[in-house]
Amino acid sequence: MFSNITLGQYIPGRSPLHRMDPRFKLGLTVAGIVLVFVANNFASLAVSAALVLTAAGISGISLRQYLKSLKGILVLILFTAALNLFYGSGEPLWQWGFLRITTGGVSNAVFIAARIVCLILLSAALTYTTSPTQLTDALERAMKPLGVFHIRVHEIAMIMTIALRFVPTLLEETDKIMSAQKARGADLESGGVFQRIRALIPILIPLFVSAFRRAYDLATAMECRCYRGGEGRTKMKVLRAARGDYLALLAAAGFAAAVALCNIFLPFLR
Amino acid sequence: MPAILETKGLTYEYGHGTSMSKVAVDHVDLSVRQGELIGIIGHTGSGKSTLIQQLNGLLRPTAGQVLLEGRDIWAEPKKIREVRFRVGMVFQYPEYQLFEETVRADIAFGPRNMGLSGGEVEDRVRRAAEFAGLRPELLDRSPFELSGGEKRRAAIAGVIAMDPDVLVLDEPAAGLDPHGRDVLLSQIQSYHRLRQNTVLLVSHSMEDIARVAGRVLVMDHGRAAFFDRTAKVFAHGEELERMGLRVPQVTKIMDRLRRGGYPVAPGVLTLEDAIRQLAPVLRERGLLHVQ
Repeated sequence: MFSNITLGQYIPGRSPLHRMDPRFKLGLTVAGIVLVFVANNFASLAVSAALVLTAAGISGISLRQYLKSLKGILVLILFTAALNLFYGSGEPLWQWGFLRITTGGVSNAVFIAARIVCLILLSAALTYTTSPTQLTDALERAMKPLGVFHIRVHEIAMIMTIALRFVPTLLEETDKIMSAQKARGADLESGGVFQRIRALIPILIPLFVSAFRRAYDLATAMECRCYRGGEGRTKMKVLRAARGDYLALLAAAGFAAAVALCNIFLPFLR
Repeated sequence: MPAILETKGLTYEYGHGTSMSKVAVDHVDLSVRQGELIGIIGHTGSGKSTLIQQLNGLLRPTAGQVLLEGRDIWAEPKKIREVRFRVGMVFQYPEYQLFEETVRADIAFGPRNMGLSGGEVEDRVRRAAEFAGLRPELLDRSPFELSGGEKRRAAIAGVIAMDPDVLVLDEPAAGLDPHGRDVLLSQIQSYHRLRQNTVLLVSHSMEDIARVAGRVLVMDHGRAAFFDRTAKVFAHGEELERMGLRVPQVTKIMDRLRRGGYPVAPGVLTLEDAIRQLAPVLRERGLLHVQ
């Protein structure tokens, strides 16, 4: 029953975005998010939207997939936009008691909605094209400076990798345990809230036990291979920045400059 | 004897209606009589597990029917739990389902779900533990303190305690040492004899199946390739090997001898039987002097 849940969102492919160095991808996504937030008028927002659409365009992922990523958050977008309708100055368009929709409110609502959509699409472009392992690799690199504060970055990254690795395994395990308890007459589908929570105990306890068992086994296996943390450890897949990564960096810098220019010279477009 | 469990055109397709669909069980017709002990064998991925999970309604067939005493188990989907009490299912590595604080409470989980009274539950637990060969003093321990073999017994007792009319066991002896395997198998056999219910046993060990099963179902690519008396099925040595199955060693040796012109019967399953058949041959040639 869990087999249809894809872990994370990764969709394998061979697009330029897939082949990009995950460190660059992560960095540029963060930069892109900042850009979307910095954009304070419609012109600069349009520029950052162009950046987002370019990224989505070269990802080789279907439009439908991107729309799917928006679907989950549609309610939030509509809610935020609706709230913003009532905040803002300018010409009143409609009034009912203390509720008033103004031209400023409408433009606010559109602006905010467009901003959220941009953010979602951009992060979707990252997660669709980057496998969880690559993503943790990139995060490990991004957190490296924290080593100064004696934070063990490699260990944190390893924990994340292992956690991701075991999600499908534990889902499968859950499925098995659920079948076994159902075979003993466990009723998971009826009753009130408390009854349903109680009904989960026969599933959660064996699941925890098995998670711990797996953890111990894995720890033993790692120790047998002389794993001793990050110090002096090399990688099997060394991340190398290629020409495409630098080109992407350059393009992003171009978009950033355009956003800055629009912010400074076209403030009236709001 | 009337059939207690029947399947008619039973078919199960994973991912039905999608592009990734895969037929795991393909039009299987079975008829199991009350009191039989049936062995189920098949290569990994032959559809054994999918088949048995439909027998107690854990999976709903894509097509076809499962009949328990002549009634379609899905006639009233709301009453599927009752079917699960009557068709008990012991999964592979069942010890991973243990969760209660004591072995006693864990074995009682099934009977309690059936809504039985306290006294009746207690009685069932005691009997089930006995059937499964679990020492009474273990009942008040935590299931997590038991040894691997004891955990397995406790988990099996948890299903036996529901007193099912049909008991399905999926590789009950997997991962046990040879002695543990033998003991567990004998226990299942004696449980079957005493309780006089119907047992379906899935196993990779042809020796085990040959020893205990009256009839054998051979699954191959989702189909029932053979469903016949054990000796008859194992007489198809070559076909079984083509399906990636191994016939018991003694059967293979006796088959070679028979083809070599020795007067032995086809489909010999156990060592005892082989000795019985070979003794006269050896004696005749003056090669056997003791009885």
